[in-house]
Amino acid sequence: MAKAGTETAVSAKPQSRWKVKWASVKRNHLLYWLLAPAILLTIVFKYVPMYGASIAFKDFSPIRGIMGSEWVGLKHFTSFLSSPNFMEILLNTIKLSSFELLIGFPIPIILALMLNQIRRAGVKKNIQLVLYAPHFISVVVISGMVFLFLSPTGPINAMLSFFTDKPVSFMSDPDAFRSIYIWSGVWQGAGWASIIYVAALANVDPQLHDAATVDGASLLQRIWHIDLPTLKPVMAVLFILAAGGIMAIGFEKAYLLQTSMNIPSSEIISTYVYKRGLQAGDYSFATAVGLFNALVNVILLVFVNGVVKKLNEGEGLL
Amino acid sequence: MNTYSKSDRFILFTNKILLCGIVVVVLFPLLYVLLASLLEPNVLLSKGLSFNSSDWTLEGYRKIFEDGSIVRGFINSMLYSAGFTIVTVTVCILAGYSLSSDELVGKRFIMIFFLVTMFFNGGLIPTYLVVKNLGMLNTVWAIIIPNAINVWFIILSRTYFKSIPNELKEAARIDGASEFKIFLKIVFPLSKPIIFVIALYAFIGQWNSYFDAMIYLEDRDLYPLQLVLRSILIQNEVQPGMIGDQQAAAELQRISEMIKYSSIVLASLPLIIMYPFFQKYFEKGVMVGSLK
Repeated sequence: MAKAGTETAVSAKPQSRWKVKWASVKRNHLLYWLLAPAILLTIVFKYVPMYGASIAFKDFSPIRGIMGSEWVGLKHFTSFLSSPNFMEILLNTIKLSSFELLIGFPIPIILALMLNQIRRAGVKKNIQLVLYAPHFISVVVISGMVFLFLSPTGPINAMLSFFTDKPVSFMSDPDAFRSIYIWSGVWQGAGWASIIYVAALANVDPQLHDAATVDGASLLQRIWHIDLPTLKPVMAVLFILAAGGIMAIGFEKAYLLQTSMNIPSSEIISTYVYKRGLQAGDYSFATAVGLFNALVNVILLVFVNGVVKKLNEGEGLL
Repeated sequence: MNTYSKSDRFILFTNKILLCGIVVVVLFPLLYVLLASLLEPNVLLSKGLSFNSSDWTLEGYRKIFEDGSIVRGFINSMLYSAGFTIVTVTVCILAGYSLSSDELVGKRFIMIFFLVTMFFNGGLIPTYLVVKNLGMLNTVWAIIIPNAINVWFIILSRTYFKSIPNELKEAARIDGASEFKIFLKIVFPLSKPIIFVIALYAFIGQWNSYFDAMIYLEDRDLYPLQLVLRSILIQNEVQPGMIGDQQAAAELQRISEMIKYSSIVLASLPLIIMYPFFQKYFEKGVMVGSLK
């Protein structure tokens, strides 16, 4: 047996590593067939568009196609950067998403800490059941509800009528747009986002809390010194992911909540790309704007990852 | 064991009150929509909530069914969501299974190949052009195929498949089962929970989405429910069939508000009713996905 072992080892040596691997590929060819549909779809719908993004540097004409269109260098980028509404759109995007991050990120954590103090499992479960529910409502319906609730004849204005005599038209007020966007998002998503923190808190060893209580720690001290440090790694990862998506801020809701009146604060890069690209047919320009957005996003991601690594003792995502 | 000091108990008490407040804030809009869909709009405006049975009406719902565009959207959405779920679950589970195998040469490379697409993509316009060039515009395929590949689903299923003991597969292999048979007879039955979770996520995601339909579909008969809702709720286009012959502007406003509330209820009801039963599965999915 031992001899046979050495023999195969010797005879395998002159064979290249590639041949051994190739043999394994042939033996397991079925595994590759299982992967085939996924790989095919990824190439066609993810990688081909990446190549197609080169039209940002061309004057795309549908007749000539991507290959045949003429290279124009950075023309579309410079025309976006120098357009009069560039600054407004960029700032709108950054403001909307960073406010959303600053408000939307800590709330689920606080919510989880609060839920963690509920001792009776049944009560806790029922509260969670209610808090998760809005997560399953579509953006269209959420936006529709926002319009209905905030309309001059809606329930919010009916309540406000005690204090003000004139109805407030929230949806046509550019100053109100950001708050509406962010707080409706909190209403919909905070409960659901707290799940992961609740789960992390469930793993805290109760003996830690008991020991701390014996040592005279108050409830708040225990939350601060035991519960919060437990959440720290989860927080770090989720924060990087959220910050990485800053520039990718949802087209869907911003577009739905947009009215001709609140455009000054609701026009963000993604809505602009849609309008210039698909509605106005300015393919190359819109693609350039989209690429610019992606570039800013990557820079942000790397930057935030670096900061979090510093704060989190060298632990980052990247 | 835990003993609470006076100030601790005060904090716990405040906590309970605050949580109650939060529950009310979350629940109130939902209940309001439900009530508003059933109450005479004028009553709602003047008196607020009323428990007078004569103030209740099903008019909003009747109008919706008379017009039919919401019903058609509902059916379309069902078909799209079911089709999308079947395709995406099949593709992603097969890929996840393959990637969970130790035998796969080039696993790392293939994984990176998928992961890259989570962080980089061609963007809206180039993707649109691909779909257009494939002749998928204004067909169901544009909704079902381009998004069928979901890297997160692949990771989720791969993680799960890896947790299935290798010995089981080994034993079957020794008994002479082919790789395909092993997947079908051993792995698949053990994986029902994860397949269910992914299917649920896929279905709900598709049910709630409107963007792809908005850019790829032109024919109104093909519209999924969310697009029909958008035209009613956001664009204020109450379908002509919903309002009878000429009515005063005030009457039109009255009815359209009502139709809006009713259509919100109708669109959300299936998910809201189903969801308590599925809650534990959702949480499982979130957990498996996060603890990769």
